Amino acid sequence: MQMHSLSFDVSHTLAGGLVLISFMMLYQDRLYSLLNVFALHALVLALSVAWQAYVQNAPHLYITAAIALVFKATVIPVALHRIVKQLGIHRDIESAVGIGPTMLAGMALVALSMVLMLRVTAEADPLAREDLAFALSVVLLGLLVMVTRRNAVSQVVGFMSLENGLVLAATGAKGMPLVVEISVAFSILIAFIVIGIFLFRIRERFDSVDVSALDDYRGERR
Amino acid sequence: MNIHSFDPVAAVLLIPIGAAALLAILPGYRLTARLNVVASLATFLSALSLFVIERPQPGPYVLIDDLNIVFIVLNTFVGFTTSIFSASYIAHELETGRLTPAYLRFYHAMYQTMMFGMNLAFVSNNIGLMWVAVEIATLTTVLMVGIYRTHAALEAAWKYFILGSVGIAFALFGTILVYMAARPVVGEGQDAMIWTLLVEHAAHFDPALLNVAFVFLFLGYGTKVGLAPLHAWLPDAHAEGPTPISAVLSGLLLNVALYALLRFKILLAVSPNAIAPGPLMVTMGLVSLVFAAFMLYRRRDIKRLFAYSSIEHMGIIVFAFGMGGPLANFAGLLHMVMHSLTKSAIFYAVGHISQVKGTQRINRIRGLTVTHPALGWGLVVGVVAIAGLPPLGIFMSEFLVVSSTFARQPLLAIVLVLGLLLAFGALMLRLTSVAFGSPRGSTAPVEASYVPMFAHLSLVLVAGIYLPTPVVIWFQHVATLLG
Repeated sequence: MQMHSLSFDVSHTLAGGLVLISFMMLYQDRLYSLLNVFALHALVLALSVAWQAYVQNAPHLYITAAIALVFKATVIPVALHRIVKQLGIHRDIESAVGIGPTMLAGMALVALSMVLMLRVTAEADPLAREDLAFALSVVLLGLLVMVTRRNAVSQVVGFMSLENGLVLAATGAKGMPLVVEISVAFSILIAFIVIGIFLFRIRERFDSVDVSALDDYRGERR
Repeated sequence: MNIHSFDPVAAVLLIPIGAAALLAILPGYRLTARLNVVASLATFLSALSLFVIERPQPGPYVLIDDLNIVFIVLNTFVGFTTSIFSASYIAHELETGRLTPAYLRFYHAMYQTMMFGMNLAFVSNNIGLMWVAVEIATLTTVLMVGIYRTHAALEAAWKYFILGSVGIAFALFGTILVYMAARPVVGEGQDAMIWTLLVEHAAHFDPALLNVAFVFLFLGYGTKVGLAPLHAWLPDAHAEGPTPISAVLSGLLLNVALYALLRFKILLAVSPNAIAPGPLMVTMGLVSLVFAAFMLYRRRDIKRLFAYSSIEHMGIIVFAFGMGGPLANFAGLLHMVMHSLTKSAIFYAVGHISQVKGTQRINRIRGLTVTHPALGWGLVVGVVAIAGLPPLGIFMSEFLVVSSTFARQPLLAIVLVLGLLLAFGALMLRLTSVAFGSPRGSTAPVEASYVPMFAHLSLVLVAGIYLPTPVVIWFQHVATLLG
């Protein structure tokens, strides 16, 4: 019982930490700092997954943790750093909404996911239900980052933090087969596709990676 | 002996993936285009053999039942005819230099990978595997939409990627929730993701958790179905990619997501205390239908026009399945098949038209029936079919949807009919200007492959006049499965 409560506390802290870091993303107004916060996000995710692997005695989850650590916390932020540098867009992020309203919206989303998930999962075991509530918060905050940013790089970062929330949910669901590894593999694939193809193509064709600049080319607005 | 060692399920998966690997390596347009057609034909024939061969027992990964055979056969058939259309379409793109040989290899490999992803989604008995398969199919289409690398194509691909990823993320969250709901009943591990086991035990799942799961799955896969207001990616992706891709997007990929939704709808129907998914589907279906019908009036791009028409029809189909019951399900199933055949036929025509005219702008295309009679009349028949005029197949399925709705919910039926009439008006308005009148634009002859287009249209015509009894029985059976 004592061990159980320790394992509960640690995973609770780590998952709560992820939500906090998601909040930190909301008010970063520079790309470099946003990338740093994302690296931190991925690092905490790796810790959380590793802890779950230890607690659930599920060694395959260590692979997921390692992938989060190596790719999401290291390789992708570094690569995005270089892209940002090459493109010369390390100025301010143009966020579509101000920081104040964004933070308020973020709080509302977290409250929503807490109310929803805690009420719905009343019968599930407490670890899983709090994990799910936190995971949904991270997913929704990631969505909020994507919505409030216009810049392609920060949208990708928002998407990856959303994906982190999914990994958190999947690892919290005890004994979930197959999907953990595959979903992580896919998140990497997505990140690669985005970085490799889209950003380079966009840079090739446009002088900025501001997605709002793309809107001008809609067929309907001619 | 030979028959027994042949496994059609493995064939519909392995042929596309093998072909994709080959097509990625082989050079030369003629060879690869033919190989693409041959591989698609082989896949289609293997899918057909599912009808005659003894079905495998539902395993942890693979399930073959009456429902997904319909989807697989339709999928591989349209995949096959589109590969024929694609061969002549791509030849023109190579001549005009819009595609280079390197991109062509990529295109063909992605085409087969997409077929693999879609077939895998249909045969999978594991909801995790199904999610992965839908994701594969989506990612390959994202890459193909952006293949021209123009401003507009990149924007479309980017939008499709972002919205599609958010949708797919929601679907994964929903899948995880289903697993959480199933775990206490079915047991930990693999078993709690196997659809057949889930259906057996769904009555004992926590209904509240299942409800939330379905909302996420509905939003997630609904984005891919193109339901309004989650449809924003769809018109752009249709308009800016190569036309064969528009045809498979409309005709097939939307069906894949719809199929995933139907599987989860069956799951919810088994659980007595869970919400009925019907009202949700009915509402979104009607909203999509009416919204798309209004949007049809303002289109200036011919491929966008038919993309909105796809949203409209997916709305009708989701509405019909949401109404439920044997008759409405039957109508929804029939409408789905008819829509896939008709819409891909229209895109075959539109593809050649936009190539010969060098534009997709509706006001620069006129008098097609005079300059290109075969293409023009093909388009006329296609649009007449899609608008829901008798005697073509869509008239019959729409009539069934409307009449079954009138019998049960007259108020909803009025909205439905209103949407249908609005869409009808818009399509007729555009059709008269495009097909008739004094010709405008290039009148150069076109090297088109008419076979796929007319094959589809004649199937739709035959289905509208006489639906063979075995097909009717099969669909009726599937309709009862859908609950």
